[in-house]
Amino acid sequence: MTFPYSDKVLEHFRHPRNVGKIENPDGNAMEGSPACGDMVGVHIKVDPKTKRITDIKFESYGCASNIATGSIITELAKGKTIEEAKKISWKEASEALGGLPPIKAHCSVLAVEGLRSAIQNYEERHGLVKDQKPTTVEVVRGRLKKVMNPLSGLDLVRTELVKDITVDKGTVHITVDIPADHQFASNIKDEIMEKIGPLWDVKKVEVVFTE
Amino acid sequence: MIEKTVYLDNAAATRMDERVLEAMTPYLFETYPVATSEFGYSLGIEAREALEGAREELAYHIGASGEEFIFTSGSTESSNLALKGVALALGEKKGRHIIVSAIEDFPVLHSARALEKQGFSVTYLGVDSEGLIDPEKLRDAITDKTILVSIQHANQEIGTVQDIETIGRICGKSGVLFHTDATHTFTRMPLDSKKVKVDLITVSPHTIHGPKGIGGLYIRKGTPIAKWMDGGFQEFNLRAGLENIPGAIGFAKAVDLVTPEENERIKVMRDHLIDRVSAEVPDTTLNGHRSKRTPQNANITFHFVEGESITLHLDMRGFAVSTGSACFSRSLEASHVILGIGGDHERAHGSIRFTFGRYNTMEDVDAVVDAITEVVSQLREISPLARK
Repeated sequence: MTFPYSDKVLEHFRHPRNVGKIENPDGNAMEGSPACGDMVGVHIKVDPKTKRITDIKFESYGCASNIATGSIITELAKGKTIEEAKKISWKEASEALGGLPPIKAHCSVLAVEGLRSAIQNYEERHGLVKDQKPTTVEVVRGRLKKVMNPLSGLDLVRTELVKDITVDKGTVHITVDIPADHQFASNIKDEIMEKIGPLWDVKKVEVVFTE
Repeated sequence: MIEKTVYLDNAAATRMDERVLEAMTPYLFETYPVATSEFGYSLGIEAREALEGAREELAYHIGASGEEFIFTSGSTESSNLALKGVALALGEKKGRHIIVSAIEDFPVLHSARALEKQGFSVTYLGVDSEGLIDPEKLRDAITDKTILVSIQHANQEIGTVQDIETIGRICGKSGVLFHTDATHTFTRMPLDSKKVKVDLITVSPHTIHGPKGIGGLYIRKGTPIAKWMDGGFQEFNLRAGLENIPGAIGFAKAVDLVTPEENERIKVMRDHLIDRVSAEVPDTTLNGHRSKRTPQNANITFHFVEGESITLHLDMRGFAVSTGSACFSRSLEASHVILGIGGDHERAHGSIRFTFGRYNTMEDVDAVVDAITEVVSQLREISPLARK
C-alpha cells in the first residue's frame, strides 16, 4: 500500500514538537481561517541583542500536512536569527519532512507564512521595519488578501467584499460589503485590525460595514 | 499496518458475505452463459430463469412485480437512468423542469446539473437544519412544466430519512413523477411501492454485504422513460448490455440475508455510539435528525478539529471512518450535505461519519469511542480554536 505521507510527516503528525502558546510573545501571527479548514498560529520569543529566536511554539487547526509542517518549521527556526528564519521556504520545510503531497501544498504553506508573519509582527512591534515604505491603499489591499471570507474560504479581496479603502495621515478606513449584523462581521473586523494595525505608520484603523 | 481493521464505513462499501459468494459461484463456473430466450440452449435457459428468479425476488421486496425491476451496474447508473430517461421521454412532451433536494448524493445531483446544461431548469430544494425537506416548499416548487421530483429516501452522509409517503402524495396529486434514491435504506428500512406513491427507486447491494457492480431500478408500470444505454434488447429494452447474472444472484442473496433482528442490532450500536460520544466528548454536534435516521448511520462533528487529522489518527489505530472535511476528499471541497443543513465550513471539516454493518460488534463501538475521545482531545490540545 502506498501512503500519501512520508514516515517523517507521520512522525511529526503523531508527535508534534513545540506545541502551544507563549506567554507574552515578542511576535505572533495567525494564518488561515476555520472556513478554509486550516489555521496555523506561530508565537516567537526573540533575544533583543542577538535577534535569535530563543523560543517558538505553534498551534494548528488542520490536516496532517498542516500539523507536520507547523511542527517542522518550529524545529527549523529555533535558534536561528530572524533574518535566517525569514528565508526558510516551503520547499525547505517540505524537504525536511521527506516530501509532501502536491495537493496539500496549500495546507502546508500556511505554516511557513505563519512563521514569516510572526517575524514581521515582531519587527513591526519593535520598530525594526527597515525600509519603512509609507502605507498605501495597495499595501492595505495586499494585506487584506490574507483575511478570509468565511463564507467561501477565499480572501476578502478575491471575493470582492472590500468595497473601499482610504489611507489618510495614519488613518486607514476600510468599507466591507456585508451587513454589520452579519454572523461573520465581527470576526472579519478583528482579523482586519490584526493585519493592518501593526503597520508602522498606521495610527488608527476604521472598519465600517455597508448597511 | 494494524492486523485487524474495525471497519465503520459501511455506507461506502461493505465486506461481501461469504454466503453471497457461495450463491454466485455456480453462475460463474457452471451456469455461466448468456441468458437466452426459451428457444436457446439448456444452460442459457437456466441462466435466464435464474436471472428472472432474482428479479422477481428483488421486486417482491419493494412490493413490485418482476417486470417493474431492471438491473443496472449500480446506484449511479440507476439514478442516471431515472433522471435522464424521464427527461428524454418527457422533455419535449410535457416540460423541462426537475426538482431535486440540495443534499442528494452525486448521481442525482450531477445528473440534474448535466440536464441543466441541456436546457432543463432544476430547482434544488433546500433542507432544514436536520436535513428534512419541507413538503410545503415542494408543493410550491412544482409547476405545470415539472416532469420529475427526485428526493432521496435517506441521506448518504447524515442518514436523515425523508417523509417519502407525503412527498409521493404531493407528486401524485400534481401528476409529477417521483424518483427516490434508496441506496441507504433498501432492506434496512421498510419501503413498499404499494404504500408509497413512488415511480422510480434506485437500489444497490453494495451497502448490504452484496456484490459491487450491480444495482437496480424499480420502474412503476406505465412510467414514461427512455432508453439511453443503447445496444441489445436486454432488461425490457431499457438497458442494453450482457446481463450480470452472478451479480443479480448475489444481489438477491444479499437482500435475503438482511433480517429485522440485524437492523435492530445495528441500530443499538448506532445509539450506543451517539450516546457515549455526546456524554463523554465535549463540544460535539450530531448531524442529521436524531430519530428519523437510518439504523446504520451516526455523523458527528467534533468542533475545533479537522476531520482528515481525526481519520488519519484513527486509521493508524486500526479504525476506518470517513469525514465531510475538504481535506479528505479528492476535490478538496467540504461536504455539500453539512453546508446544506446550514452548517459552516468548520462544522463540515470536523464531521465524522460512522456507518455500521453486519460484521461490527458492540466492542468495536466502545473501542472506536475510546480512540476518538483520545484523538480529539490530543488534536484540541494544539488547536487555536479550542477552548482550554
